[in-house]
Amino acid sequence: MGVAAASGANAAKLDDVKAKGFIQCGVSQGLPGFSNPDSAGNWSGLDVDYCRAMAAAIFDDPQAVKFTPLSAKERFTALQSGEVDVLSRNTTWTMSRDTQLGLNFAGVNYYDGQGFMVRKSLGVTSALELSGARICTNTGTTTELNVADYFRANNMPYEIVAFEKADEVVQAYDAKRCDVYTTDASGLYAQRLKLTNPGEHMVLPEIISKEPLGPVVQQGDDQWFNIAKWVHFAQVNAEELGVTSANVDEMKNSDNPSIKRMLGAEGAFGEAVGLSNDWAYRIIKHVGNYGEMFERNVGPDTPLGISRGLNALWSQGGLQYAPPIR
Amino acid sequence: MAVQEQELVGKPPRASLVNDPKVRGIFYQVVLVAAVAYIGWEIVHNTIINLEKRNIAAGFGFLETTAGFGIIQSLVEYSEVSSYGRALLVGIFNTIAVAAVGIIMATIIGFIVGIARLSNNWVISKLAYCYIEILRNIPLLLQIFFWYFAALRAVPDSRSEPLSLFGVMFLNIGGLWMPKPIYESGSSIVVGALIAGIVLAFIVKRWAHKRQMATGQQFPVFWTAFGLIIGLPVIAYLVTGMPISLEHPEFVHEGPILRRGFQIGIGTNVIPEFIALLLALSFYTASFIAEIVRAGIQAVSHGQTEAAHALGIRHGPTLRLVIIPQAMRVIIPPLTSQYLNLTKNSSLAVAIAYPDLVSVGGTVLNQTGQAIEVIGIWMLVYLSLSLATSAFMNWYNQRMALVER
Repeated sequence: MGVAAASGANAAKLDDVKAKGFIQCGVSQGLPGFSNPDSAGNWSGLDVDYCRAMAAAIFDDPQAVKFTPLSAKERFTALQSGEVDVLSRNTTWTMSRDTQLGLNFAGVNYYDGQGFMVRKSLGVTSALELSGARICTNTGTTTELNVADYFRANNMPYEIVAFEKADEVVQAYDAKRCDVYTTDASGLYAQRLKLTNPGEHMVLPEIISKEPLGPVVQQGDDQWFNIAKWVHFAQVNAEELGVTSANVDEMKNSDNPSIKRMLGAEGAFGEAVGLSNDWAYRIIKHVGNYGEMFERNVGPDTPLGISRGLNALWSQGGLQYAPPIR
Repeated sequence: MAVQEQELVGKPPRASLVNDPKVRGIFYQVVLVAAVAYIGWEIVHNTIINLEKRNIAAGFGFLETTAGFGIIQSLVEYSEVSSYGRALLVGIFNTIAVAAVGIIMATIIGFIVGIARLSNNWVISKLAYCYIEILRNIPLLLQIFFWYFAALRAVPDSRSEPLSLFGVMFLNIGGLWMPKPIYESGSSIVVGALIAGIVLAFIVKRWAHKRQMATGQQFPVFWTAFGLIIGLPVIAYLVTGMPISLEHPEFVHEGPILRRGFQIGIGTNVIPEFIALLLALSFYTASFIAEIVRAGIQAVSHGQTEAAHALGIRHGPTLRLVIIPQAMRVIIPPLTSQYLNLTKNSSLAVAIAYPDLVSVGGTVLNQTGQAIEVIGIWMLVYLSLSLATSAFMNWYNQRMALVER
């Protein structure tokens, strides 16, 4: 009995997912731009689009995803227990998480760093002036640890008020329980929109940590891990090769061998990971390349208004770099 | 043959073992225990195998690792370099603190409201009725949010002039600010005098009770106890040259805006998360305790009141000496359940950032990924707290039980 149940963990995830007909995707409880439900319950965001890209690659249908909102605390347990097939929830890749939790990080779909938001009326211009500040944040995140490290390193006293859910952090900060709100910089821009007067608050220039956010899968299933990695790489490669959701059909006839390989006109790259050979075509057709996904969810034309920065392609001074498909 | 028959008559008829109810009973119990043990072993075994298969580290070694995060309120020494085990200990003490103070407050409020509910005064009785019906019918989590978010916005923010309570304590969004006693050398004598005063007061009380039982003479126990408990420490305090001083919270009006307001670490600060949780738990549980008290008092026959009045005992002493001691026998068992509820409900603290066991444990769980171990610790601690409360209340119940001669 014990052995039979245990071996279930090693069964191919791809077969399970194909059998049930959808991907169960773990997302946040509501972070605009990354994973956020609208009033009709439709999820959107960068992390949500990643899961849709996976669904597109497997089922040729970006809607074949079910979302499970998870708190920071619940997320790893939900993935470890198999409650979700993939965790795409602005999760920081750290060594301990990668090595001790039985999980694998499949890549970085957003390079982030932790920042501080304060009221403009405080007259503070640098994080180094925050000595003695009261700081609101979420429990169960790397944020708590970074704050502790930063204030200890700079020998500044502080008080931390840590809430279970992001909504309560925003409320408490808005009620002036805290002087400072800290989380990943992208999160600060997103949560600022929920404040009573977003214009009265500013994000300080210091970024105190590296927060590479990316999707996570269970350890022990290399095929599923490969799919998780290459869905992301396909989107980055597509941007680099100039393939978008608008021109992907024409590009299928391109003479560029790189594009031919990616879109399945040459070689059998999809079959090698248990997918069809037009897997990348499906992703780009339905969800778009990485740049399109970024612009749509968090880019300068969205309420978040985040510039590409570190998340630009490597060829444009950023860090987004994908191994070639060959 | 004859001898054999005689032997058979002496003994009860021998039934087959299969039909012996005693043997059957034992057999079924053994089977049940074996089944439960097998399921338990299977769960543990299966978990271990699954954890190994998924490369998840197991065991309690993580408790020694440096925690690295800060906690806003700790009753034991704690800093970011302390271990996860220490962090959990801080959480346990914070849970005990809010539960213990909550139980005391809920009991006091509950008894007052319960007695008020039975008052002959129409206004008082209806007020108590409204209190009970409103508070026990609103979910506790909403009440916690009410006290935290609604009340938090009603008090001055941390840079504005705080609300002053008698000029000694102050209230603002940072919580309650009180003077902190500073103990210098010689202060242990004062504390010793206080303890000695309390012990002496108890001895006097027992002696006076014995004397009254024997001779009928009364002794002014209250004033003697008052003198011992207050007087002794005051004398010791003056004699040793006032070794305990008060450090008042310091409010800064000038300088950079961030540095204004009360200074961290000067005076005693009760954080608003604690206050909100305490108020919500106490008022909510008190509404149940009030009903228990009312039931207990009404369970005492009205004839007892009439008999006491007939003896010329006034209304107050009747309640205190005749009714409540008898009502306590009915009140204590359900009261124990309410105390347990309050302790367990304190885990809702996580919603408003009070660093109780569940909140701190959640952070530990997330940093280490040791879900099974942390949840095991949670369950063990709450179970121990509840069993300890039960044990104490059962002991108290036995003391208060009707002594039959």
